[in-house]
Amino acid sequence: MNKEFIEIRWHGRGGQGAITAAKIVAGAAFVSGYAGVVMAPTFGTERRGAPVMTSLKISKTKIYDLSPIETPDIVVVLDHLLLKEADVTHGLKPGGIIVLNTPMALESYAFKNYKLATADITALSVEAGLPHGMVNTGIIGSLEKATNLLGIDILIKGIEEEFQTRKPQKNSLAAKMAYERTLVGG
Amino acid sequence: MHIIENGNAAAALGVKLCRAGVIAAYPITPQTPLTEKLSEYVESGDMKAQYIPVESEHSALAVCIAASSAGARAFTATSANGLLYMHEQVQWAAGARLPIVMCVVNRAVGAPWNVWNDQQDSISQRDTGWIQIYCSDHQQIIDAVIKAYWIAEKVSIPIMVCYDGYILSHTFMPFDLPDQEKVDAFLPPFNPDYALNPMEPANLNTVTLPDVRLDVKGELAHGYMEIRYLLQEDLRKTIAVAADAEKRFTEVFGRGGDPYVEPYRCDDAEYVAVGLGSMTYQMRVSVDALRKEGLKVGVMGVRFYRPFPDEAVASALKGKKGVIVFEKAISYGYEGALMSDLKSALYEHLAGTGLLPSVQNFIAGIGGREIKTDDLTQTLRAATQSRVSKEPVWIGLKL
Repeated sequence: MNKEFIEIRWHGRGGQGAITAAKIVAGAAFVSGYAGVVMAPTFGTERRGAPVMTSLKISKTKIYDLSPIETPDIVVVLDHLLLKEADVTHGLKPGGIIVLNTPMALESYAFKNYKLATADITALSVEAGLPHGMVNTGIIGSLEKATNLLGIDILIKGIEEEFQTRKPQKNSLAAKMAYERTLVGG
Repeated sequence: MHIIENGNAAAALGVKLCRAGVIAAYPITPQTPLTEKLSEYVESGDMKAQYIPVESEHSALAVCIAASSAGARAFTATSANGLLYMHEQVQWAAGARLPIVMCVVNRAVGAPWNVWNDQQDSISQRDTGWIQIYCSDHQQIIDAVIKAYWIAEKVSIPIMVCYDGYILSHTFMPFDLPDQEKVDAFLPPFNPDYALNPMEPANLNTVTLPDVRLDVKGELAHGYMEIRYLLQEDLRKTIAVAADAEKRFTEVFGRGGDPYVEPYRCDDAEYVAVGLGSMTYQMRVSVDALRKEGLKVGVMGVRFYRPFPDEAVASALKGKKGVIVFEKAISYGYEGALMSDLKSALYEHLAGTGLLPSVQNFIAGIGGREIKTDDLTQTLRAATQSRVSKEPVWIGLKL
């Protein structure tokens, strides 16, 4: 993966917090020296539960092109059931990474030409003390495990800042646990 | 200090830093998060202002007109049909010479109903006597709001700060949040020469006759035509005032540039794409790609659209082979409004010199139709090869 310019597409459901997760990664990237970070939600059709997408571009230099990502390096999927509803690998670069929240085993998936990383974020987030269904901080730990992009510490710091008044420790614990338990395929 | 926020937040923070005293607004997508943010600042006490929720955009601007007449720094924001509903008051604010600042978060107008971005809303208000500034990123949004109050209060003319709905309003990116002390150093408190005072009642902008006449004090008062002429004259003078504002802004904040246009790789370019707002930044990627193919192209954003900086525009485009105007709006029945303005400036300053570029017009992104960078690149490449059409060509049309 070219670490000068990285495109990450997030697939979640309305209300799942994909935008907040992307924002935390954007902030961590910026303080890590990526001068260009642009996070753009898809607009106008957000509804609770409906499939939603968010684009995150990270670049060493200022980003001028705000158009949606067409060929992501990484896709992050917050709910494995979205695999049936959305074409999550659409445009994904060959060798690209899929980060998937799923209760199923890594081996039960077969994505040709892509690297898959899985963890049961839904379960481990509950274990970390979060309400059922809160997965947007855990998935950040999986993303880091799969990509080694920014380092887990700076992401943990970003999570605790973002969730300052909303269970910061439990949220960061979820990310740490996900980081440790994420399985990365070939 | 750099922060990562969306464009609406950048605008709201700018208004807060300018210490606006009265905010009146009615919610409309994609503007709503801007004035929501301001209402939060007022509620928490972070901002000492009166936030007046109203029942319509027409009333929002009417409240700003009253507040500004009474000497308060006033702010509102809207989009699309909200701006159109305001239209009568938009004209009034300019005629009354009130330095109101309004953000227009650009969105397509109905019918048919559409909440996504184009620039038909603010372009349709081009001839109302307001100053119009177009922004391409969040830094430009927050800086433009701050400069806007300075300029508006200097010339007593209201200003629209326009930025693309969703593409800028809802997208997060880093920008520098100016220090309050610096903004205070740049922007003095609003102290108009005249402000309404309940102790001394007065009528403002009452029926004004076609001809001049003696007023109640026995002094010769302007007729309607004089008042309107002076608006036009002061708008033309605003071009120079914008340069003063930019110079002062650069001194205080250490960033700034050309207040009128923002050229990219234009110096040696044979063909220059021109437009308003974020599309001109996206097009920098197309320009870089075409430069690698050896095509001498550049792109120029027009930041200051009204008053139209005709000299700056013509001088930047002098001697180019072609000028290609990309617009997210159209003057229905003819062509893009910017295209017509640009042709007029080129004709005025370059006709007969042999330095007059050929021109063509493309319409893109109407009603939020996605503008793909590849499409812009291909269109620009084709436009350097031959003139595609005399009529404006709509990019990505699926008929």
